[in-house]
Amino acid sequence: MTAMTDGSSSSLPAVAPDALPLSRGLPLGERASAALEHPAVQVEVGSLHAYYGRHRVLRDVTFTARPNAVTAIIGPSGCGKSTLIRCLNRMHEVTPGARVEGEVRLDGSSIYAPGIDPVVIRQRIGMVFQRPNPFPTMSIFDNVVAGLKLAGIRDRQLLDEVAERSLQRAALWDEVRDKLKSPGGALSGGQQQRLCIARAIAVEPEVILMDEPASALDPISTLKIEELMDSLRASYTIVIVTHNMQQASRVSDQTAFLTVGDDGAGYLVEFDDTATIFTNPRQRLTEDYISGRFG
Amino acid sequence: MSVVPGQPDRIRTLLSRHRPRYGEPIFRGLVGLASLTVVALIAGLILVIAQQSLTGIAHNGLAFLGGSDWDPVHQVFQALPFIYGTVFTAGTALVLAMLIGVGVAIFLVDLAPAWLARPVGLMVEMLAAIPSVVYGLWGIFVLAPWLRDFVEVPLHDTLGFLPFFSGNPIGIGNLAAVVVLTIMVLPTVAVVSRDVLAAVPISQREAALALGATRWETIRIGVLPYARSGIVGAGILGLARGVGETMAVTMVIGNAPVISLSLFSQGYTMASVIANEFSEATTNLYRSSLLEIGLLLLMVTLLINAVARLLIWRVAYGSTSRSVLA
Repeated sequence: MTAMTDGSSSSLPAVAPDALPLSRGLPLGERASAALEHPAVQVEVGSLHAYYGRHRVLRDVTFTARPNAVTAIIGPSGCGKSTLIRCLNRMHEVTPGARVEGEVRLDGSSIYAPGIDPVVIRQRIGMVFQRPNPFPTMSIFDNVVAGLKLAGIRDRQLLDEVAERSLQRAALWDEVRDKLKSPGGALSGGQQQRLCIARAIAVEPEVILMDEPASALDPISTLKIEELMDSLRASYTIVIVTHNMQQASRVSDQTAFLTVGDDGAGYLVEFDDTATIFTNPRQRLTEDYISGRFG
Repeated sequence: MSVVPGQPDRIRTLLSRHRPRYGEPIFRGLVGLASLTVVALIAGLILVIAQQSLTGIAHNGLAFLGGSDWDPVHQVFQALPFIYGTVFTAGTALVLAMLIGVGVAIFLVDLAPAWLARPVGLMVEMLAAIPSVVYGLWGIFVLAPWLRDFVEVPLHDTLGFLPFFSGNPIGIGNLAAVVVLTIMVLPTVAVVSRDVLAAVPISQREAALALGATRWETIRIGVLPYARSGIVGAGILGLARGVGETMAVTMVIGNAPVISLSLFSQGYTMASVIANEFSEATTNLYRSSLLEIGLLLLMVTLLINAVARLLIWRVAYGSTSRSVLA
């Protein structure tokens, strides 16, 4: 049974903007600088705590996901990676009893400010889940444009254009161009996940969150998703949760390493450029984790 | 506890000792017999009813299904008014029960907080536990007079030109039967729909939410389409209950073999005519004709149930997303 309660966030303590590590203007990652199609926005996380009921699952997380870069969140099981990413588009609060304290800023303005509609936030911050979740009764085409149709867009020509472009950007167009009318559930797992990515980018979000997007997929499909992230970086800010450190080192520009504290809550151990995290981490815990000594 | 040297051997020796296994076939035989009894009961029931209605089938022919003359004295047995009454009351009740029941299910699964969903769900389930004769009593003494004074008379005065509201508003009749049936079918529709909606994966709701869907939009694009065939199944299961319901309907419908579109008209259903006339069926043909109605009712409800269970099963247990595609 699921009761969806969009918990009010009006009781959040305001965090002074200057308390946040503003990273605008930092040099972009090497790969990202290659083809910048579209300037994206940054996501600043400041002193974020997340709870399920009375149980704190995330403690005091602060980092900034750079625009037009891939930020990876890594860490052992149960460290709150998925909770963290779900706090970034206000999906965490959908779970009954779940709540958030602290600050998440999208392009400088708080997404948890009073009066902010989570529905609008989720339009601006798309999400791709661990298990591909196309709408099984909808056609491939209708899946891709589902977000646009929700917004009341009925212009057939526009929908056609968006569907084709989104599927192309999700590297799925060639495989489905002749069967746009067939159900989305009939595709393979890897294709379904790319369909979900197409569905997410069709509404032109500014940020795309991916919660272990390849963990349910075979290696070839995984490779396709990783290539996709590389190309999407040109237009979006991407945050990805992965339990696969090799994947983090392959696809990301920045990495946040979380682990579980003694109080059972996950916390941020280290946040830095991916190259630094994987070659020259400042924290002993990080080094132990990336070298496979725990987790 | 650490392993004592020699202990594994001891355990292996103990395990390898022969123990009698004659209980095994007895156990299998007993539970097999119990299951066989059910199968034999259903098969025997159908067989006997079919066999006993042969006289009626031979005598009445196809006019049994197409004619509207039910005259035991002159040995004319035509069941169309009863078939019509059953279809009209159960069908109308189903439409109403679906509207209310699916609404209740959506509320219980996706909107109500847990402290409210549980007691309300329990109350809906209790609606199904009320004996049908109690609904009948309430229907005839409370509902029918109330309907006559506050629903039928006003409707007759204002919309009496419509065929649905023509005739004499006296309370007893199709409308009372439809209302009682709606209440009796509602728990089936609501509870099964609730279980079907609860079986829709969270990932479907999250897919819609993450696209920027509101709560209602999430239900509309993520939940209801996925549960579609299961909800249809809930409706068909409710229909089976409505079609077979006897006591309460017999008490409020008026028991007149009339084919009328009017909600105020009296009517008669297949189940009611059997309940009313079995004790008067003195001739072999009369008895056989009532059994023929019984056979028809049995076949229809069995078929309805089978289709419903298939649809519900596909949502609740279908392994792939493909299975919900009707």
